[in-house]
Amino acid sequence: MTGAFSLFARNRLALAGGILLTLVVLLALSAPLLPLADPDVTNTSQRFLPPFSEGALLGTDHLGRDLLSRLLWGTRLSLAVGFAAAVIAAGIGAAIGVIAGFYGGRLDNVIMRGVDMLMAFPYILLALAIVAALGPGLLNALIAVAAVNVPFFARNIRGITVGLAHKEFVDAARLAGLSRPQIILTEILPNVLPVIVIAMSTTIGWMILETAGLSFLGLGSQPPQADLGSMLGEARAALISHPHTSVVPGVMILVIVMSINLLGDGIRDALDPRLKSGALSRPMAATRLARSSTPPEQKLPGVLAIEGLETEFHVGQRRLRAVGGVDLAVKPGECLGIIGESGSGKSVTALSVTGLVASPPGVITGGAVRYQGEDLIGAPYSRLRAVRGREIAYIFQDPLATLHPLYRVGDQLIEAIQAHQKVDAKTARARAVALLRDVRIPNPESRIANYPHEMSGGMRQRVGIAMALANDPEVIIADEPTTALDVTVQAQILSLLDDLRRSRDLAIVFITHDFGVVAQLCDRVAVMYAGKVVEEGPTDAVLAAPRHPYTARLIACVPELGGGRRRLEAIPGLPPAVDRLPEGCAFADRCTKTRESCRAGPIPLTQEGARAVRCLYPETQAAREVAE
Amino acid sequence: MGGYILRRLVSAVPVLLGITVIVFLIMALIPGDPATAILGSYATPENVARINRELGLDEPLWRQYVIWLGNLLQGDFGQSFALNRPVLDEVMERFGATLILAGTSFVLCSVLGVIAGTISAANQYGWADKAITFTVLLGISIPSFFLGMMMILLFAVQLRWFPVSGMWPIYGARDAAALASHLAMPALALAVVATGVIARLSRSALLEVLRQDFIRTARAKGVHERSVIWRHALRAAMVSILPVLGIQAGFVLSGAVYIEIVFQWPGIGRMLVDAILRRDILLVQGGVIVVAACYVLFNIAVDVAQSLLDPRIRT
Repeated sequence: MTGAFSLFARNRLALAGGILLTLVVLLALSAPLLPLADPDVTNTSQRFLPPFSEGALLGTDHLGRDLLSRLLWGTRLSLAVGFAAAVIAAGIGAAIGVIAGFYGGRLDNVIMRGVDMLMAFPYILLALAIVAALGPGLLNALIAVAAVNVPFFARNIRGITVGLAHKEFVDAARLAGLSRPQIILTEILPNVLPVIVIAMSTTIGWMILETAGLSFLGLGSQPPQADLGSMLGEARAALISHPHTSVVPGVMILVIVMSINLLGDGIRDALDPRLKSGALSRPMAATRLARSSTPPEQKLPGVLAIEGLETEFHVGQRRLRAVGGVDLAVKPGECLGIIGESGSGKSVTALSVTGLVASPPGVITGGAVRYQGEDLIGAPYSRLRAVRGREIAYIFQDPLATLHPLYRVGDQLIEAIQAHQKVDAKTARARAVALLRDVRIPNPESRIANYPHEMSGGMRQRVGIAMALANDPEVIIADEPTTALDVTVQAQILSLLDDLRRSRDLAIVFITHDFGVVAQLCDRVAVMYAGKVVEEGPTDAVLAAPRHPYTARLIACVPELGGGRRRLEAIPGLPPAVDRLPEGCAFADRCTKTRESCRAGPIPLTQEGARAVRCLYPETQAAREVAE
Repeated sequence: MGGYILRRLVSAVPVLLGITVIVFLIMALIPGDPATAILGSYATPENVARINRELGLDEPLWRQYVIWLGNLLQGDFGQSFALNRPVLDEVMERFGATLILAGTSFVLCSVLGVIAGTISAANQYGWADKAITFTVLLGISIPSFFLGMMMILLFAVQLRWFPVSGMWPIYGARDAAALASHLAMPALALAVVATGVIARLSRSALLEVLRQDFIRTARAKGVHERSVIWRHALRAAMVSILPVLGIQAGFVLSGAVYIEIVFQWPGIGRMLVDAILRRDILLVQGGVIVVAACYVLFNIAVDVAQSLLDPRIRT
């Protein structure tokens, strides 16, 4: 709550709105106390005095009445009527909504049908019909405006009540023997009250506008009594000759409604948790870059070489280090697996390659990503765009979410082709069909017209793969492409990827948390933990004899088919939070053989032949046998 | 598709009936006695009873409704006593002028609102976003009738770009150019509030969509950012923008009442206000029913557009 308040106070516009509104309300309230002329005394010899005349600060109107006085009295009336209409509408609407939502069933049905009917009117028609029946007059205008807004409240409050009516505390009250009206008063009402107040605060500006509107039409307040709307309505006849009589009340309405809107927006924003977390900010076309030092020369061989990559998430004052200095490389025709738990930084590493990490909050703070020797980090957007999909393509996890739901899969494929190749629609279409055939989709000519939701999960992922292949890229980064699929489909997709890699000499970076998948597809594997590579080497060697304790424990978690009954060892504890990474080994807290030196300082990745491990006391074959 | 449209049309029937019930009940609230109004306060009880029988006022309320509804369905909306002509003729003539005004305004606010909201979202927290957000705030806070008056002062009186009011020139040709110059100011004044509301909603709908996975996919394909925003994101955001366009159409129709008064536009809003002040109840009744029915049909059109846009709800 204090967070919400400080967010509100920081919103200077909302604060300004609040101050302005307070001022107007205070002025209106003090109208009887101020030394003002009588608002209704006419003086035809003093007609249309301009503003700043003696004795009439804002001038006089067509009957010689003091405009300042009329303005303050009129404001008083407009505020009062608008506020009263809001309270009445909210009260009646909330009562209807609570009853409909709480009792449910046929009563709810009948009430909500009625509400729907009322909402089928453009609001003013209903208001006009009511005023037509009751006759013009301020009170009748108030009734009309309130009545027109009842459905809005009824519908909102009903929705919330329906949600509350099945909560545990309501059931408890029911079991305690409370009657339904009692439950409504003691359990439901306190919970919907804040919603009613917020809805009221956001609509009160409308109510003031609407009553002013009816008065403007001559259907609200009747002379000599005047609210802001009727002042404006009366002044309209002299608009061209004496505009100040129109401007004065008009500006006042504008000021009131605007300050209420500012305030309402401020309240709404302050109560919206998504704004605080930054979840509503738009991710930019490429990840933000804040690299302090220039990266050193390329050391690792390969078509794609990630060196010392650091990617952080900046949320408020917190710095979450998702990737903390990762080195990886992949050669043409090679498949590199990256394995790790969720949150280990493997996906962020992959997305950082072409600047696809959502930003804000993502920031690349260091390192280099070299594609054929060229550093992509820091490359201009136009270059990144040329690389994306053309040189380095992605396959993502859940193709229902990653394909556009409203375009046909064929159009999405054609778009991928035309993003990089200047070909006409007909050629692009033929190629799209060929791509679908390449990924073994049956009847590609008809499938091309499908929407994603019309396909099965496996078919959608094939489309995802076809899209990645559209421009014959050199590197494919597959981010858990089989996680959402069942096992048989997974096997088909894996063998498809394997074939494609061999036939097209693709370099594949395959991200997964599944050792089985790694064993099936990958030549080499890198194990990531808390944003760092902790072990790397040829897949067979790593699987047969893991060196890092984390890798060993991770492999021990995998159940083996036909491996007999064996205790599956879950790893105790959780990975460290990425904003509080320890100085030394990040796995130390969960490791069984931690020593003093493990926590002393950063531990380097030690290379030994084809393998590398980030551990001071790596597992040895002998130790493993003892352990088993 | 045809089946879908048909189903939506059928589902509108109870709503239309509901509208007639509500209007009938509101009119039944009117205090006073038509017979006395016709005969004067010295009428004999026999004469009052005769008039009541002739008008069907001695029947129970529900029978009165059925008879009245039957007349409506045959196009008989009664006679306007003030204008001395059939209500339906007057309503249709005026409604045409309103449709020109409100239709133009609706197109204006939809196009401008969606474009402004999209630009705003694409440049979130940038100067364009701030400028649009501030303009929108001003736009949704200013009463349209006051804005209209100020526009008359500036554009018609001071700059003399447009005529002050009316739909046609008093002398001269009634051609498209004349109509356009008369239409420009009222249509714009009427569109301002709805533009603001639509811009706000479009902005937040787009920001919501821009964080979705398929936007990342589009970027990963190497699609140009311009196309990411205007093709991928906007198309998906339209799914939540369209229903609001339907609601805003109602607000444009409502606002037309004020604008017609300010700009002396010979539309149905002005007719309704005049009729209320003259207590020409049948004319009010007819006008309200025709406009409300039109609005219901328009919202069906919006639903159909929605189903064209989103293949997932097309069944």
